Amino acid sequence: MSVSVTTRQVGDVSVLDVAGRITLGEGSSTLRESLRAVTVVRDAKILLNLEEVTYIDSSGIGELVSGFTNLHEMGGQLKLLKLTKRVRDLLQITKLYTVFEVFDDEATAIRSFH
Amino acid sequence: MSGSSEQTNCALHLELASNLDSVDQAEEKALEIAAQCGVGEDELHRVGMSVREAMVNAVVHGNKYNRHKKVLFRVETSPHSMIVIICDEGNGFDPDQVPDPNEGENVLRQSGRGIMLIRAFMDDYVVRRRSGGGTEVKLVKKIGQSG
Repeated sequence: MSVSVTTRQVGDVSVLDVAGRITLGEGSSTLRESLRAVTVVRDAKILLNLEEVTYIDSSGIGELVSGFTNLHEMGGQLKLLKLTKRVRDLLQITKLYTVFEVFDDEATAIRSFH
Repeated sequence: MSGSSEQTNCALHLELASNLDSVDQAEEKALEIAAQCGVGEDELHRVGMSVREAMVNAVVHGNKYNRHKKVLFRVETSPHSMIVIICDEGNGFDPDQVPDPNEGENVLRQSGRGIMLIRAFMDDYVVRRRSGGGTEVKLVKKIGQSG
């Protein structure tokens, strides 16, 4: 199973529900294209829900970082929601846990953008 | 071939094409063997991910997806360890020259984390030039110590 990304709008925040494996190839390119699609506006607010992500490799981590920096340069924000233990561990090992804002509750995450 | 004085058995030896299907195949086979060796669930994930990262390095950076070049994938086991050996036909690299992805602004680089993850997840990681050209990497997971 590769990755699936479903985008929904909560106010002015784009919530991307990601499920499956984010690995080099189809997984990371699907995430990249999904992020690009919602990054076209300035000051975009994006919440990436990773609750159903079963696996992420260094390429997938790279896509998260790339999405974060691209948005930051355009005045936007990318935040993460509901990390699995494995993804949380990976972000800690790579020191990215201090870079991303991470939330366990969607409503709290949405409010944090305002 | 393991570099260890401990007797090992060859559990698997494959010659793989330089593509991403081979990465999936190698990870899947390594997970099967690791599970048979009694590696625990959390450690299984780490072994699988390390094999994936090393295979990606061989396919993408070593052989550069060249369909004329192969990746040799070998798994050896002993009562105390699982050893994965991955050989490519690339120009080689020095892992100590790879910038530390956790250092300063490197944290925000898109790539360069694979070797760091392998080192974090495996008990040993050795890279050497092959005499006939190409690079050999060896990943070692000790069995029965964690997970």
